[in-house]
Amino acid sequence: MRADLDIIQEWIRPGSRVLDLGCGNGDLLEWLREHKQVSGYGLEIDPDNIARCIERGVNVIEQDLDKGLGNFASDSFDVVIMTQALQAVHYPDQLLKEMLRVGRECIITFPNFGHWRCRWYLASKGRMPVSEFLPYTWYSTPNIHFCTFEDFENLCRELHIEVKKRLAVDHKHRHGPASRLWPNMFGEIGIYRIAGAAKQR
Amino acid sequence: MPTAIAADSVGLVSPRVAQFTAPLELACGRTLTDYQLIYETYGTLNPERSNAVLICHALSGHHHAAGYHSLDERKPGWWDSCIGPGKPIDTSRFFVVSLNNLGGCNGSTGPNTVDPATGKPYGADFPMVTVEDWVNSQARLADRLGIEQWAAVIGGSLGGMQALHWSIGYPERIRHCLAIASAPRLSAQNIAFNEVARQAILSDTDYPEGIPKRGLMLARMVGHITYLSDDAMGTKFGRDLKNDKLNYDFNSVEFQVESYLRYQGEEFSGRFDANTYLLMTKALDYFELGDLAKASADFCLMSFTTDWRFSPARSREIVQALVAARKNVSYVEIDAPQGHDAFLLPIPRYLQALHNYLKRIEV
Repeated sequence: MRADLDIIQEWIRPGSRVLDLGCGNGDLLEWLREHKQVSGYGLEIDPDNIARCIERGVNVIEQDLDKGLGNFASDSFDVVIMTQALQAVHYPDQLLKEMLRVGRECIITFPNFGHWRCRWYLASKGRMPVSEFLPYTWYSTPNIHFCTFEDFENLCRELHIEVKKRLAVDHKHRHGPASRLWPNMFGEIGIYRIAGAAKQR
Repeated sequence: MPTAIAADSVGLVSPRVAQFTAPLELACGRTLTDYQLIYETYGTLNPERSNAVLICHALSGHHHAAGYHSLDERKPGWWDSCIGPGKPIDTSRFFVVSLNNLGGCNGSTGPNTVDPATGKPYGADFPMVTVEDWVNSQARLADRLGIEQWAAVIGGSLGGMQALHWSIGYPERIRHCLAIASAPRLSAQNIAFNEVARQAILSDTDYPEGIPKRGLMLARMVGHITYLSDDAMGTKFGRDLKNDKLNYDFNSVEFQVESYLRYQGEEFSGRFDANTYLLMTKALDYFELGDLAKASADFCLMSFTTDWRFSPARSREIVQALVAARKNVSYVEIDAPQGHDAFLLPIPRYLQALHNYLKRIEV
């Protein structure tokens, strides 16, 4: 299983009801079902990923996240997960609110544009960073809403979202002392557990 | 005629008839005292009787879903693209049962059958049958075949409604429900189109005494428009003319699309029964998806992007209800230009999704 998913699964209680936004090939949901008796659904739009989910018996619903989560009832899931998709949706703030409406809490991962390599690339070359981890050119990329950890946490404050837990890791999902001390500089991927203000428990 | 039967065809098949003498009470309040169902089977029922799959047909469908009745048959069964050894509904794994529903005109008891009470064909007096009645009759056929529980019940359009009702009416007798291009209930627009079709038949002066060929033809023409997408029609016919000039009259067939619709209507009116058509449209109109909380099956829903008869939004309504009822469900929205008809066509992603879903069903 992908390293970030391995971190996320530790944050999910056995028997939870989970909604996985952009569930990919169903790795996480299958693992959670097998090992933690978790039930739920994945949302996905990529045909190959959907085919793979169906093949392995993972509940997958073909649905575009940009069209919202209006078909899911409020508080109908224990956890709503979204890995590496926040930067690719049209309205990240709206989707965050929707996720917190539907789930009691959310787990979100996204790349940190404030990482020192991005900063260095932009400062030294004066061009948008392209790397092995973020390989897209600015004009042809699914990632239309990059942000830094600072940006994300600011948005959380604005939306009265409580950050319950945060882990800054590198692109191999290791976390060392540097990313713990200066996450916005040395963390490449942020893994956040958040809850809505009204639902703080 | 097939020059040679393909390796992935079920080959030559013969329909069978099951007679029932236990009265069947219908939703309309009337009772069929005895009746028969014509059906075909493909593949072999395993010793555990756990590999049976039921195919439910749509408005104008019937029991002949796959293979050929004879080597002279021009086309195979209506869902031959999906049923056969190695095909999505794999007959080397599954025992597939396909029947003609009550009220049909292909060999099951229907308007053309002689009413034992009068000694004459039922005709327009055949009792109204509903999706629920069909499912009840299908359950009796399952009993007859020794099938306690279906591995899956599969249907498209009106057939999908039957599959869905199976999950509620007989929750313990169905493990997987696959409803393709279906809807939880008809919209006002759907009913409106059905009503136009019915009025075309009912207002034909040959109805009910004779054979209302013109009415049935019109009904089919209207129906056919709703099966195709605007794009599909545009691509197929555009504004092409049959002859290169306009005639400035009402009688000649000018546009290719007119010619096509007339051909479809005429062909249909020669092989289908007007009373069956009336009954099928009513069964559609009356259908209301029940309480899915009762279901214990796993579900697979599929829709096609250009289907405007039962659009993806209609399938999503069912998905939403299933999610609310906390049922296992997967939903695939297939990008296809063909409209509602897509569910009968060999669209690669559609066949792949069916294949993937059915492959993981344990038998």
